[in-house]
Amino acid sequence: MDDFEPTIIAFVCNWCTYTAADLAGTSRLTYPKNVRLIRVMCTGMVDPQYVIKAFLEGADGVLVSGCHPGDCHYINGNFKARRRIKLLKEILPQFGFEPQRLRLTWVGASDGIQFAEIIRELVNQLKALGPSQAKLKMVI
Amino acid sequence: MTITGKIDVKEQDILGALRKFFEDVLNLEDIKAILVPQHLPMKNMVMPTLVTDPNQLNGIDPLAPAFPMNAAKIVSRLTRKPMGAKIVAVLRPCEIRAFFELVKLKQARPDEVVLIGIDCLGTYQNKDYFRFVEKNENDSTVKFYQNVLSAKGAKIDDVDLSPACKACEYPVALNADILIGLYGITENDYLMVQSQTATGENFLAQINPPKIDEPASRQDAVAAVVEKRIAYRDDMFVKTHEATDNLEKMTAYLASCVNCYNCRVACPVCYCKECVFSTDVFNHDPSQYLKWASRKGIIKMPTDTVFYHITRLAHMSTACVGCGQCSNACPNDIPVMELFRTIAQRTQEAFDYEAGRSIEEDPPMSVFREEEFAEVVGIDK
Repeated sequence: MDDFEPTIIAFVCNWCTYTAADLAGTSRLTYPKNVRLIRVMCTGMVDPQYVIKAFLEGADGVLVSGCHPGDCHYINGNFKARRRIKLLKEILPQFGFEPQRLRLTWVGASDGIQFAEIIRELVNQLKALGPSQAKLKMVI
Repeated sequence: MTITGKIDVKEQDILGALRKFFEDVLNLEDIKAILVPQHLPMKNMVMPTLVTDPNQLNGIDPLAPAFPMNAAKIVSRLTRKPMGAKIVAVLRPCEIRAFFELVKLKQARPDEVVLIGIDCLGTYQNKDYFRFVEKNENDSTVKFYQNVLSAKGAKIDDVDLSPACKACEYPVALNADILIGLYGITENDYLMVQSQTATGENFLAQINPPKIDEPASRQDAVAAVVEKRIAYRDDMFVKTHEATDNLEKMTAYLASCVNCYNCRVACPVCYCKECVFSTDVFNHDPSQYLKWASRKGIIKMPTDTVFYHITRLAHMSTACVGCGQCSNACPNDIPVMELFRTIAQRTQEAFDYEAGRSIEEDPPMSVFREEEFAEVVGIDK
């Protein structure tokens, strides 16, 4: 399993975490290339079905990341996202998806270093966990 | 103050007594119509009917073990905009609970409807009801309620209650305006009628039934039914979880799904006006299927079945009332209700919510608090 490289789909909000990822890049910080960023205007627009689709398509991990509480560009989108993540964390483990595969973080626009750290840590955790079941099976 | 009264039953004719009561209700000045299940004159099938003429109540049959649809959808249609008059709706407890969910989703309005909830004796699945009614013809409902109320049980010949009803812990309406009680009434010459809200009290006072105390045996009788149902339900949760606890099993569980979406259509609380699965988003480009197939060498067609069901769970399981219409509607006999109730139990518990419990509680996905669910944030090392 040493050569297993997890695929992470990250839904990042335009105002905070995407900017942080951008900052990490312009600051020439390095982090694993396992993550595929999907920029959304707000984590509050991440419908649970996007996360479900990502997992069923074989993502090993899904990260939803937005502004810190109180910093949401749309006032409270991140709080709504938190409820949806809570909901998904009740549902997905029932079908054998380990809860650690789904993560929600708050990463502010100036937190480039923290963003890189989060991706590194997530990749390590997912490597330890192994590939997702959806990767191996005929499901769609 | 709660009004508890009785509806006299002559010669054990419960349906006749109910008909008389509904006539009295419809004759009230404020009430323009009553929505009540009736045997259709052209076919031996029970469907909701909207009646304005008290002489058109001859076929009423709210006790038949027929449940062709969850009538909350009908009440939603009737109340989504002001109607200009008050109506009465005779509903099963799960229909009232679904109606409450629709009210909270702004797809129904409670102002112009008075809810009458009759103790639910349970129902058969559609195809079982057809067999049952064919065999027993005009006496079918009488035979059914006599058996259930005399503790012979709902199973008649080889026809038994639907799994949804066997697992239902709400045989008695909690928040109807007017409750009609059947369980636990040992004398068979009356039914209990009770107001559960101020509206109900107002209307019941106008009808002015002879007052009684709630029969002492009633609570125990209801508790006994509920206890049995909960035991069945919890066993169902364990078995369903066991049958779906990984993706491979889940794929097998849903293997015969043909994406007809009947379960979604039949669901009273699937609230989107346009479901994403019916939009162009899922009208994939033909070449897309080839790409998917070539990734693993094989894909099951039609695609998106597991995706559809898990998405629907995420969208509506917090509002699921467990009425079982999804299973009823499935052409390929997938135990949809079992899956949805099993997950709904968890999601509703997670938000300390119970679908249909109250007309005031906000649906979990419509609200949030600043301080909550800290455990789902961050990546613990």
